[in-house]
Amino acid sequence: MNPLTLTGLCRALLRRELTVMLRSRAELANPLFFFLMVCALFPLGLGPSPQLLATMAPGILWIVALLSVLMASDSLFRSDFEDGTLEQVLLSPVSLYLIVLIKTLGHWLLTGLPLTLLAPLLALMLQMPSSGLVVLVLSLAAGSLVLSFIAAIGAALTVGLKRGGVLLSLLVLPLFVPVLIFGSAAVQRAVQGMDSVSPLALLAAMALLSLALAPLAIAGALRVSLDQ
Amino acid sequence: MWGWFHKWSSPRWFYQLSGRLLPWLAVLTALTLVAGVAWGLLFVPPDYKQGNSFRIIYIHVPAAAVAMAGYMVMAVAGAISLIWRIKLADMVMKCCAPIGAALTFLALVTGAIWGKPTWGTWWVWDARITSVLVLFFLYVGVLALYEAFDNKEAAGRACAILALVGAVNIPVIYWSVEWWYSLHQPASISFTGESSIHPSMLRPLILTIIGFYSFFAVSLLLFVRNEILNRERNTRWVRELILADSKV
Amino acid sequence: MQSLLDISGLGFERDGRQLVSGLSFAVKPGEVLRIEGPNGAGKTSLLRVLAGLYSGYQGDIRFNDELLTSRCRPLLQQQSLFLGHSPAIKMTLTARENLEWLAALQCRQVSAGILEAALAQVGLTGYEDVPCRQMSAGQQRRVALARLFLAPLSLWMLDEPFTALDKTAVLELEGWINDFAAQGGAVVLTTHHDLTTVTPLQSIVLEGSR
Repeated sequence: MNPLTLTGLCRALLRRELTVMLRSRAELANPLFFFLMVCALFPLGLGPSPQLLATMAPGILWIVALLSVLMASDSLFRSDFEDGTLEQVLLSPVSLYLIVLIKTLGHWLLTGLPLTLLAPLLALMLQMPSSGLVVLVLSLAAGSLVLSFIAAIGAALTVGLKRGGVLLSLLVLPLFVPVLIFGSAAVQRAVQGMDSVSPLALLAAMALLSLALAPLAIAGALRVSLDQ
Repeated sequence: MWGWFHKWSSPRWFYQLSGRLLPWLAVLTALTLVAGVAWGLLFVPPDYKQGNSFRIIYIHVPAAAVAMAGYMVMAVAGAISLIWRIKLADMVMKCCAPIGAALTFLALVTGAIWGKPTWGTWWVWDARITSVLVLFFLYVGVLALYEAFDNKEAAGRACAILALVGAVNIPVIYWSVEWWYSLHQPASISFTGESSIHPSMLRPLILTIIGFYSFFAVSLLLFVRNEILNRERNTRWVRELILADSKV
Repeated sequence: MQSLLDISGLGFERDGRQLVSGLSFAVKPGEVLRIEGPNGAGKTSLLRVLAGLYSGYQGDIRFNDELLTSRCRPLLQQQSLFLGHSPAIKMTLTARENLEWLAALQCRQVSAGILEAALAQVGLTGYEDVPCRQMSAGQQRRVALARLFLAPLSLWMLDEPFTALDKTAVLELEGWINDFAAQGGAVVLTTHHDLTTVTPLQSIVLEGSR
């Protein structure tokens, strides 16, 4: 029986989060297929004109990626709530801040990051000029991290409620506004051949801020959800 | 200091104090609103560009300003109730949400009505009106979350967290919307509200802004008093109050 | 003997009903305390208050003479174990993975030997690397109970621990409770089950709201 070091603890927490998610493959694949399918609906709704699609592609990709992150986040704490894991997490002497930070990061690694990597493929399908691809990936990588952490706050607030899904989107969609603005603007500027360093830098700053601050709100929200 | 703080945060004491304060605030509200609106509608000369339609700013601008301030009041009250577990702060936070949402809605509607003669369309994705729209969504989120909880104590704390998260985000949201608007600046719309306003238009506006602030205070007090009576309905002082009322 | 858990003037309400008020009791090392009462009397809530999951209570709770606040209770967290209705077992993980992670939550690293011994104690030898999804409800419950043997503890808080257990398992668990008490551990539990072999047994009765 040895006391656990901090790195050992972090590793154990992260490994478990990834293992649980990797073993339920359907849940892993669903947001990706959602991303693919909704993007495929846009040409059907707007018409197949390549020029039209090319101008709208950055916005479409960003909005659909945002919705996919939102969908994936609904289940972030739900199974842990239902099987009693969250009770044990709250009773643990380990800081709740650290636990939710690692849990949300692990969740992003298997939802936000795959979405980011899938995005260039969908960008080509939507006729987006290839000059924007690098910025698309960079902006989604930082932006989806922010989105994951914001959505995690909403998921933690609604985890104890019977009907969480739609409510979650009401709570977090307004908070997604800045990320959407900077993310899609970065891609649009890159497509137009303009410099997109400043929106990318802003997204990176927001990612760091949400890494530092969001776990506080998530931890508080989980306490409220269980303490009733 | 702490004794004062605790006394002030007792619902019963607040109920009595607010009862004495209410008439004065109500009179202030009526005077400033009637004077400001009459001045603005009847005595201010028409705008050389917009004619008489600009006069809606005497409702639109104060509603938007107070709606914004209301969110901050809600967030501060939420923080106080989370940190010190003061019931009164929880009630204030809860009561801010419907008032603020209504004012935000009023600002949106008056903005749309103003837009029709000014821009020829009911809705323009202008930076300011978009920010107000997002603020409305934030209020709706708080109201929806509160309703979703069966346990109202937990509902209060959950909403306090959400209001705080929203308050941290509001500057970022406003700033990002401004940035977004400057990026897509349509050349045809160059009207900006307060910056080019003439002093003769400004004075009644200040009056109506004061009027809306005190209107917010009056309705908040009324909402909170109602909430106090509801939550403390099983205590002795509320029973005595009701008995005294029914004898009159 | 000094009491391990000392409760005085405890009261709490749920959904606007005062369930418990002015409750005082103490649990000494070696004692088994059973919380009794009809459905809805607040048995589970009382256990959750003691464990630190429910903070809306009045009164004092002391553990080892240390006053507990709803947030700050490191000693209790390290020396006690709370098993709730839901056993905190992830279906997709194996017994070993589940237990290793739950031990990590207590800041402990368990060696393979201790882990296998704990599983052997609950009769799950050979199930170390079987995903819990493939086990029966009773076996899953046993995995959760194996946590009782992973680390030295001084207090068990068990909420309906006999749920989903068969007759032999019930007797076994009663035996473990007896052994633990004999070694100086204290147990607080709720159950509808007749604890036939657990002795000596203290009990407090919650009457529910009138």
